[in-house]
Amino acid sequence: MESILQSLISGIVVGSIYALIALGFVLIYKSTAVINFAQGELLMFGAYLCLTLVVVLQVPFWLAFLGTLIAAALLGFFLERLFLRPMIGEPAISIIMLTIGLASLMQGIIHMTWGSETRVYPAIFPVEPLRFGGMVVSQVYLYSVLFAVVCLILFNLFFRYSSSGIAMRAVANDQQAAQSMGISIKKIFAIAWAIAAVVAGVGGILIGNINGVNASLSSFGLKVFPAVILGGLDSIPGAILGGFIIGLLEALSGMYLDPLFEGGSKEVVPFVILVVVLMIKPYGLFGTEEIEKI
Amino acid sequence: MAVKCGVFKTTYRDDEAIWQTKVSKFWLALLLIALLAFPFVFQGSRYLLYVVNSVFIAVIAAIGLNILTGFTGQISLGHGAFMGVGAYCSGYFMTTLGMPFLVCVVAAGCVTAIVGMIFGIPSLRLKGLYLAIATLAAQVILEFVFVRWRGVTGGSQGMLVPPASIGGLTFNSDFKFYFLALAFTILTVMIAKNIVRTKPGRAFMAIRDRYISAEIIGVPLFQYKLISFGISSFYAGVAGSLWGHYIGIITPEHFNVMISIQYLSMIIIGGLGSIHGTIMGAVFMTLLPEVLRVISGLFSGQYPVLVNIFGAIRESVFGLVIILFLIFEPDGLAARWKTIQNYWKLWPFSY
Repeated sequence: MESILQSLISGIVVGSIYALIALGFVLIYKSTAVINFAQGELLMFGAYLCLTLVVVLQVPFWLAFLGTLIAAALLGFFLERLFLRPMIGEPAISIIMLTIGLASLMQGIIHMTWGSETRVYPAIFPVEPLRFGGMVVSQVYLYSVLFAVVCLILFNLFFRYSSSGIAMRAVANDQQAAQSMGISIKKIFAIAWAIAAVVAGVGGILIGNINGVNASLSSFGLKVFPAVILGGLDSIPGAILGGFIIGLLEALSGMYLDPLFEGGSKEVVPFVILVVVLMIKPYGLFGTEEIEKI
Repeated sequence: MAVKCGVFKTTYRDDEAIWQTKVSKFWLALLLIALLAFPFVFQGSRYLLYVVNSVFIAVIAAIGLNILTGFTGQISLGHGAFMGVGAYCSGYFMTTLGMPFLVCVVAAGCVTAIVGMIFGIPSLRLKGLYLAIATLAAQVILEFVFVRWRGVTGGSQGMLVPPASIGGLTFNSDFKFYFLALAFTILTVMIAKNIVRTKPGRAFMAIRDRYISAEIIGVPLFQYKLISFGISSFYAGVAGSLWGHYIGIITPEHFNVMISIQYLSMIIIGGLGSIHGTIMGAVFMTLLPEVLRVISGLFSGQYPVLVNIFGAIRESVFGLVIILFLIFEPDGLAARWKTIQNYWKLWPFSY
C-alpha cells in the first residue's frame, strides 16, 4: 500500500512537470498553430542555464531562477523572430520539420556548451524528507509540485485578467477578428513563444533538481505529446489535466507492468494511450472539434 | 547552323515519356556507366564503398517515405521503425525459417507493409499534426517491441543476420553488395517513378492537394491512404532488409526516432513529391555527416576538442541545414535542379 502511495506521489510530481511543458506547448499551438517539437530543448536550456548560474557563478538560487526565466523569455522571442516568422503560412509539415530542425540545432549547441555528462544541482531545497504518517516525501518533490501549481495558477490568472492574456486568447480564437480589433498578431506570437520558453525553463529547473541535468532531459519534449493529445491540443486546462494523468499512469505502469516486460513500459504506455485516444476521441478530452465545411 | 532552343513536344507519347529528351537519356546512360565503374575504381577503399552503399539504402527508404509524405501528403514520423520491422523480419525469416534471400526481402517488405497499414488506419480520421503524432507513437511502440521481444529480435544485444545470397553468389563484401544495392535501387526507383504515373499515383496526389475534392471526384480516401501507407512501408521494409543483410547485426538503435527524422529531412531537402529530388536529398543527407567528419578530421590536429564534440556538431549542422532549406528553398534541391535545367534548355537564349 505504501509503495503504491509512494509511486503515486512521484507520479504527481512528474505529472506536474509534464503539465508545465504541456502548458507551453498548448500555448504555442493555440495562438500560432505550430506544433513545437523543440519544447524539450527549451526545458534543457533552462535547466543547464540555471545550473551554471548557481554552480559556476555562485549566484543565489532565487536570483538564478529569475535570471533563467528572463533568458528563456529572450530565447523564445529570438526563436520566433528568427525562425518561425518566415514560416507563417507554410504547410504543417514544413513547420513541424522546422521545429524538429530547431530541436536538433539547440541540442547540438547545448551539448557543445555544456558537455554530455550528468550534472547535479547543489542541495537547494532542504534535504531532510518530510513524513506523513509513515510515508516519506522528499522536500524537492513538494516544492516542485508547489512551484508547478503556482505557475499554473499564475498563468490562468494571466489569461483571464491581463490585457495581453486576453489578447492572446483573442488571437487563438480568431486571428482576423483579433487583428481588426487592433491586436498585433506578431507581438502575440512572440509573447506566446516567450511564455512557452519560460514555463519550459521552470519545468527544466524543477526536474533538474530531482533527476540531475543531462541530454536525456530533452525526451520530456516527446512525453508531452500524450499529455496534450489526451487533454486536447488546444485546451489549457486539458493540457494541465493531461500532464497529471500521464504522470500518474507512468508511475502506475512502472509499478504494475514493468515486472511483466522487464522494465521500459513507462516509456511506451503513454504512447499506447495516445493511440487509443486518437482512435476513439481524436480531439481529446477538452479540445475543440474541427468541423470542416466546404 | 540551326540550333533548336527549348524543348518542343509534338506527340502525346513524347509528353508522357519518362526520359523526356535525348540529352537526359545521354546523361542517364553516362551516370549508369559511372555507377557501374565506380566500385572497380575505388575497390581499395572500403569506407567509400560503405558510404555509397548506405546512400543506396537511404535512397530506397526515402523514396518510400516520399510516396507517403510527398505524394499523398501524410506525414510519417515512424519510417525508421518500419525499416526496423523489415530488417528484423528478413533476418528472422532467413535465420529461423531458412528462406532464400530474395524471398526474405519480398516477405519482409510485405510484413512491413501490413504493419504500416495497421498504423495508417488512424489516418482516415487524423490529419496533419495529429497524424504526425500518431506515427510518432508507432515509432515509440515499435521500438519498444524491438527491445523487449527478445525471442525474435534478440533485444538490445541485437540479431545476427547472414549476408545476402542469390543462387551461389554471396554478397558478403562491400564490393559485392554494391551491385546488389545498385540493382535494388534502380528497380525501386523505376517502380516508384511508374507508380506515380498510374491511377493510384494520381489518386495520391489528388488526396494531397485537396482531399475533399478528391473524395468528391470519386477517390476512396481510406483505401488510397492505406495503399500509400502500404507502398511506403514496403519500401522501408526492403531498405531495412538490405541494411540488415549488409551490416550483419541489427540492433534497435539503428531504427530510432532520429532515423525517422533523418528520412523526413531527406525528402524535405530533396523536394516533396519528386523522385529525383528524393535521390538528391538522400545523397545529400547521407554524405553530409561524412563530409563533416572529413572536415573535422582535418582540423582535429589544431583543435583536439573537435573529436569529442563531433556528435554535437553533426547534430547542430543537421538542424541548421533543415532550417535553412525550409526558409530559403522550401521546394528543395529538386526545384533548384529545375531552375538550372530550364536555363540550359533555353540556352543560349535564356530570356
